[in-house]
Amino acid sequence: MSVDLQTVKRVARLARIAVSEADAERMTGELNAILGFVEQLNEVDVAGVEPMTSVIPMEMKKRPDVVTDGSKAADIVANAPATEENFFLVPKVVE
Amino acid sequence: MSDLTHLTISQARAKLRAREITATEMTEAYLQAIERANPALNAYVVVTDDKARDMAKASDAKLAKGEGGSLEGIPLGIKDLFGTEGIHTQACSHVLDGFKPHYESTVTANLWADGAVMLGKLNMDEFAMGSSNESSYYGPVVNPWRRSRVDTMVMPTTHQGDGGFVSAGGTRTARTLDNARLVPGGSSGGSASAVSAFLCAGATATDTGGSIRQPAAFTGTVGIKPTYGRCSRWGIVAFASSLDQAGPIARDVRDAAILLKSMASVDPKDTTSVDRPVPDYEAAIGKPIKGMKVGIPREYRVDGMPDEIEALWQKGIAWLKDAGAEIVDISLPHTKYALPAYYIVAPAEASSNLARYDGVRYGLRVPGKDIVDMYEKTRAAGFGREVKRRIMIGTYVLSAGYYDAYYLQAQKVRNLIKRDFETAFTAGVDVILTPATPSAAFGIADEDMAADPVKMYLNDIFTVTVNMAGLPGIAVPAGLDAKGLPLGLQLIGRPFDEETLFQTAHVIEQAAGTFQPEKWW
Repeated sequence: MSVDLQTVKRVARLARIAVSEADAERMTGELNAILGFVEQLNEVDVAGVEPMTSVIPMEMKKRPDVVTDGSKAADIVANAPATEENFFLVPKVVE
Repeated sequence: MSDLTHLTISQARAKLRAREITATEMTEAYLQAIERANPALNAYVVVTDDKARDMAKASDAKLAKGEGGSLEGIPLGIKDLFGTEGIHTQACSHVLDGFKPHYESTVTANLWADGAVMLGKLNMDEFAMGSSNESSYYGPVVNPWRRSRVDTMVMPTTHQGDGGFVSAGGTRTARTLDNARLVPGGSSGGSASAVSAFLCAGATATDTGGSIRQPAAFTGTVGIKPTYGRCSRWGIVAFASSLDQAGPIARDVRDAAILLKSMASVDPKDTTSVDRPVPDYEAAIGKPIKGMKVGIPREYRVDGMPDEIEALWQKGIAWLKDAGAEIVDISLPHTKYALPAYYIVAPAEASSNLARYDGVRYGLRVPGKDIVDMYEKTRAAGFGREVKRRIMIGTYVLSAGYYDAYYLQAQKVRNLIKRDFETAFTAGVDVILTPATPSAAFGIADEDMAADPVKMYLNDIFTVTVNMAGLPGIAVPAGLDAKGLPLGLQLIGRPFDEETLFQTAHVIEQAAGTFQPEKWW
């Protein structure tokens, strides 16, 4: 499979990365080189093979449903570019 | 003072405990070495000198009372991927500008609890994506190793007065260092360069497709990627969660064992951390390997592999045989599919993990006309070219209609790669020996690599299978090529059998010796 310029622009939109026309054109070539490389996986017979989910068989760890952490709103917003009273500030999303 | 930086961790540990040296002296020696070398090598992105001095002082107080942990007073460098409280943690990306976490990663917390001293944060490929350390926002790291030219001169038979040169008419050789700057490998290039150039006693690193073992091989250092689940991933910036593992880069096998013992733990904060006690890895060193079964996988003999790599591999086989190991040929038939499967799985997981960098909660924000414009501009400005490329591939293979064809197919192939190893281990193989990399270190801004991303990806051809199967792998220096650059061998073990890796790697180290770059910086 290969991608065209339109697909690259659509994927960039999905990935929330602004791309210029020149970027998109360059990326089309690079992405096709990588997609061409991974194409050889299609020759592998995977009939009856389960997808890998863990390295060694282990049960998902569970912990008791109790509060063990929290009350650190100031720590959480400390690295944000814009905050007010421990809220993250973003451009207006609702008119 | 400078010889303090040349002590291994095990040597320094003994001298610190005997009070022959102090942690403060050692830390000062390293800080001086970093100050002199870093403009040339660019291994550190931040030097935490005040913190290092405070930690060393605290270690000295403990050592004076005969107390202290297993790494008390040992100065270490930390890869920029590890969250360090109140200190620059940016995965060497522009998108994390100014980020200083309010928490400490479990691995680094373990090291500090054992008394280690932090010298600073080490350079790396942006978000650990790369094999040359050239994708860092902070610029490339330089390998302390340089190529050398050997000139052979035929000497006439002459006698030159007293104390003069006497030749029997033979040849004389002279080694001249080449000025070309080489990459230290990646993504843990800063870690490998700093350890090799004596800018820290040891370093933390991480490995998703070969990021510990390939730079270790390129710099003549020892690097181990433990079994997936051995070191907690909590507090480490995530790249590909099902593949990422932390491990040390060190100057010799024993030091790597000492560091891994401290870094590894069972951590309730990481659900993939495996509930098994951490053994004393150092105790495995020096145990005989007589009767051990060493597998040699025929699929690792790839087309176009330089003769020197093949010769190195044969040398490794001979050393293990001499030590009493039984050498058996094995087959890992799905080897060639590991790298293509990796370039689906890793970008897919990365595109999901890196979705969090949106200019809202931390790091860079580029203003836009609305929130989506802000996201898109922030991510366009914040991510470098390789990172964008991988996010794009990941987004594409996970997009509607392609999931089964790519990600699901790759995860199935991954299971087949894992079964290949299981078959070999079930048949009685204890450890597998392969080359660590298909070549020695290459030049910075190598044109072939820059023109074709796949060519760069091929660096990980021998290491990536190990991540796909979740197994432990160690790279150990085994010799120098004709140009005087280090080459490494890789040992692959059963899940959680890091002890056999240390035991066997030590046999190789005993036979090959250790390697130090000639100082030019």
